Amino acid sequence: MKERKQLSVSAIENGTVIDHIPARNLFKVIQILGLDHFDSQITFGTNLESKKLGKKAIIKISDKFFEDEDINRIALVAPDAKLNIIRDYEVVEKKVVEVPDTITGIAKCMNPKCITNFEQVTTRFRVVSKKNVSLKCHYCEKITNQENMQII
Amino acid sequence: MKPRSLVSIDDLNTGEILKILDLAAEFEKEPVQKLLEGKVVATLFFEPSTRTRLSFESAINRLGGKIVGFSDASSSSVSKGETLHDTIRMVSSYSDLIVMRHPIEGSARFASEIASVPVINAGDGANQHPTQTLLDMYSIRKTQGTLDGLNIFMVGDLKYGRTVHSLMMAMSRWNTTFNFISPDELKMPDEFKLYLENLGLRYYEHSDFTDIISRADIIYMTRVQKERFSDPIEYEKVKNVYVLKNAMLANTKPNMRILHPLPRVNEIHPDVDSNPKAYYFEQALNGVYTRQAILCSLLGIK
Repeated sequence: MKERKQLSVSAIENGTVIDHIPARNLFKVIQILGLDHFDSQITFGTNLESKKLGKKAIIKISDKFFEDEDINRIALVAPDAKLNIIRDYEVVEKKVVEVPDTITGIAKCMNPKCITNFEQVTTRFRVVSKKNVSLKCHYCEKITNQENMQII
Repeated sequence: MKPRSLVSIDDLNTGEILKILDLAAEFEKEPVQKLLEGKVVATLFFEPSTRTRLSFESAINRLGGKIVGFSDASSSSVSKGETLHDTIRMVSSYSDLIVMRHPIEGSARFASEIASVPVINAGDGANQHPTQTLLDMYSIRKTQGTLDGLNIFMVGDLKYGRTVHSLMMAMSRWNTTFNFISPDELKMPDEFKLYLENLGLRYYEHSDFTDIISRADIIYMTRVQKERFSDPIEYEKVKNVYVLKNAMLANTKPNMRILHPLPRVNEIHPDVDSNPKAYYFEQALNGVYTRQAILCSLLGIK
């Protein structure tokens, strides 16, 4: 029998493909990038087989090219994500995400006594460790580590 | 331009710290200088702290400034549900500088970002209390003549003690040797020890200090609070180990001085008070000079 190579999510002509997103964090990526407010065509697949991640997700966004600064915001939830920049159905550039030096408004401070958990304050962190991501709160100066990290 | 605030001791570089200490020495020589004449300072105490508030208000009064504010949140608009954001916006327009004490951590940093006038953090929960650190450093420099090469003993609750953490971080800018003496449950957290290791500074941990006390230049005492112990029996076992008594001071260095952020409960026996090495009440007085220096420095007056 002939094996059929078939794409789970159909190809795009121009735009960005974000691959290797942990399946459980797909909707967090959508939220962080604000994709729910985009007008362009977006297709995604989730719970796809991945040797590396177990279950992965993929997003294809037509006619959208991200700044590094914007795309790095997903590093907290999809540290292994890979980006393919597509022009005329061809991959013209590949990128990986990098954990930025500061994180604004994505994660929640784990300190229940922190001002950011009491008032309308946008959270801000300095990234003190990039490997096992660890964040130091700009306000209460306490550390939020990966295990305790909650995405807002 | 955003006004300069003092939220954390790390907001100041070493030169700025020394400048404040020098200025505090000037105020010690001449405490009454009408440098804040015509200025209004707001003292917002969202939780009561009589000692800190009186020290600030004394400093402001000696500088000829006027004070507005409240001494606990129940007598302020907070009890009506006003946000910190709104309180700070409002008070900014009534005053030239804000001194604030608040139980929530990070509240002072947040306030400094909203306020149009300088903010001095007089304690934000368990986080920072930089004016205490500066007055501790002033007391250390005054009694030892230097901040460099000292052997500092920190005794008591080193786990939750905000003052010891800040002082340790600040003194790590100089070549300081630290001796941490605490019950097992209240040891200095690893993150601070790691910080010292990365700087190549020496520190030693002990559960008792009677044998090593002769090495100390400064003994910094803190309160061991019963409520910090998960097991009340543990508290009963250790509560008398961390009490300083006059008889223990016999073989200490002549330059050694005992500091305590106050209030003390029983961790320094009253028989120590008359020993010339007891310095905690002078330390509290130094707080007024140091706060005078901080107020003038942030307002760009000196």
